Amino acid sequence: MVNKTETMTGARALMVALEQEGVKEVFGLPGGANLPMYDEFHRCDIRHILVRHEQSAAHMADGYGRVSRRPGVCFATSGPGATNLLTGIATAQADSAPMVAVTGQVPVHMIGKDAFQESDIMGMANPVVKYAFQPRTSEEVPASVRKGFYIAATGRPGPVLIDVPKDVQSCEAEIRLTEEFKIRGYHPWTDPDIHNVERAIKTLMRADKPIILAGGGTIISSAFAELQAVAEMLSIPVVTTFKGKGAFPENHPLSLGPIGMHGHAEANKIMTEADCVLAIGTRFSDRSVGTFEDFESHRSIIHMDVDPAEIGKNQTTRVAVVGDVKASLRVMLKLLSQRKVARDEGGEWLKHAREMKSYWKENLKIHPGELGAAKILRKLREILPPQSIVTTEVGQHQMWASLFFDVISPGTFFSSTGLGTMGWGFPAAIGAKVARPDVPVVDIAGDGSFNMTENSLATAVLENIPVIVFLVNNYSLGMVAQWQRTFYHRRMVGVDQGQCPDYVKLAESYGAQGIRAQSMDELDGAIRAGLKSDVATVIDIPIDPEEDVLPFVAPGTPLKDMILPS
Amino acid sequence: MMWAIFSILVENKPGILFEVTHMFRSRNFNIDSIAVGVTENPELSRMTITTYGNERQIAQIGKQLDKMIDTVEVRRLDEHKAVYRELAIFKIRITNADASMEVNKLINAYGAKAHDTKKGSIMAELTATPDQITAFEELAKRFGIIEMARTGIAALQRSGS
Repeated sequence: MVNKTETMTGARALMVALEQEGVKEVFGLPGGANLPMYDEFHRCDIRHILVRHEQSAAHMADGYGRVSRRPGVCFATSGPGATNLLTGIATAQADSAPMVAVTGQVPVHMIGKDAFQESDIMGMANPVVKYAFQPRTSEEVPASVRKGFYIAATGRPGPVLIDVPKDVQSCEAEIRLTEEFKIRGYHPWTDPDIHNVERAIKTLMRADKPIILAGGGTIISSAFAELQAVAEMLSIPVVTTFKGKGAFPENHPLSLGPIGMHGHAEANKIMTEADCVLAIGTRFSDRSVGTFEDFESHRSIIHMDVDPAEIGKNQTTRVAVVGDVKASLRVMLKLLSQRKVARDEGGEWLKHAREMKSYWKENLKIHPGELGAAKILRKLREILPPQSIVTTEVGQHQMWASLFFDVISPGTFFSSTGLGTMGWGFPAAIGAKVARPDVPVVDIAGDGSFNMTENSLATAVLENIPVIVFLVNNYSLGMVAQWQRTFYHRRMVGVDQGQCPDYVKLAESYGAQGIRAQSMDELDGAIRAGLKSDVATVIDIPIDPEEDVLPFVAPGTPLKDMILPS
Repeated sequence: MMWAIFSILVENKPGILFEVTHMFRSRNFNIDSIAVGVTENPELSRMTITTYGNERQIAQIGKQLDKMIDTVEVRRLDEHKAVYRELAIFKIRITNADASMEVNKLINAYGAKAHDTKKGSIMAELTATPDQITAFEELAKRFGIIEMARTGIAALQRSGS
């Protein structure tokens, strides 16, 4: 690379470095301490998308990052601007989403003086970022950006913070833009050890009741074709974690859907019976496995993951394959085809899994109401093109989506699964739509969550980002209400949202399209109207506030103790 | 529960101590002792952390340390193949001439150094293994320890192991 220098400010260097990383959009909100960066938007090709709260900027960057698999970028000023980003950064960290957050900071000589809008964001963010930079001179800015993008996107992805003091932004210096860099303490794993893959195959082949558990890492690594090929070659039933939902087409005959607290009945049942698990890109979250002790007993676990620290963290594994899961599955496929290994297509275990699946497809009791959760989500699935991208908020609607909305095209379903951040889905949908303007993007929302970031309607309307909010509205904090009904003898506290606001009027007041759907016919029309619309659409679907999400595995109990609808 | 010594080469940069110790706090691990100092390469510092845990926890501590971007090298030292020492300073009460003689005997027996011999007290500097320091402390207690300070251990693997 050419090692020439140019005279420019730190702010200019930052924007040029972002352009070099291929950044086309930035989600953000300006303030006193990042004005020099904002002034640079006038002379670069990066589109600025104005948010109404910095948390939404982080969620938009997160949604953008998960969909495009390139770091989404958000900007905020110092102090409260930076602290408002934190929830979004922590959400990205919990779900391993690539993100670069750039904050303004008070000038270097003011740091530590409790200056106006000063916050120690480096200290506050440290526990929730993959890495954080605070360049102290303009010359350090480009390397921070380049290293930041590299760290955010490689290995197990995650958020990176670049905190830039205002004087570093405005100071001119001789700046080298394209210097080579080395990070001596960072070596993301890529290729697996072939011997471990061989051991994994041996363990799988010895098992009587093997199962594949695909986690979010399968989606991050887009190992869809490899996963499907391995499952089909070995005729092994596939379950997923909730974050792994849609790693495998849910209309595939081998698919049993997500396991876990609100997993599919058939998935939890078969998972409980399996004697060997090929777990791909998962951290064995408590929400997925029920209890760690029960999950790891009576079965051998083969764990493929890019993060060596995940091996043995929550589960004792028989075989560990550390590496990018796409690469690991490719090696597995190669070894399998060399050996011409194939399982018996009509084995008892697979037959049993298929019977279990068809039994629960026919016999799972669903809410009888016209707008029961299963009915409305199946309607959405029926109308939405398969390649559409779906995000969710956090709560009952999210778990209903897990149960009743089948993901057909792999890697099109995204949710805040780790941190469980209410208010994530709508801004994340906006970010997703910016990354993929060619496909419909729908946020399956609940009213409680939507309330938290609904002012992003302004961004959606003014920036022409026509997403659809599919608002499953029970005018209550439904999941908490369900727990109060189930575990606290119906002593309801703090869950009633009143009949407030009117979501159709709310949408219209922002210039968006608001439609209320009170019957299945109206819902059909509303979804179609949303898909045709040039502006964002909110579909308000009033449902029965007493409807529970079932099946349900109570927290701290094993999957086998699943509560079924009665 | 077992005792483990981690020797960690880290980037010598602001906030590094916070980063490393925060990992222990956030993951519910314990730090038994910690000693930090710059190395022959001023860009790198060496942290020596001792900790207690079961095998799984100790393995996790190693992996989580390794995962940190600012840790350049993480080694779990085998205490039988490493030199590890801690420095402790004791201020011991001296009530009479007999006590003074006894304390000086104790100091000599442990190869400690005497400093600041005053009428009512004596200071002892001891460089030893943590167990030896604890043993010395137990023996010094009967005279009365006015105050004491320990550094945490510094350790290096022996050559060829």
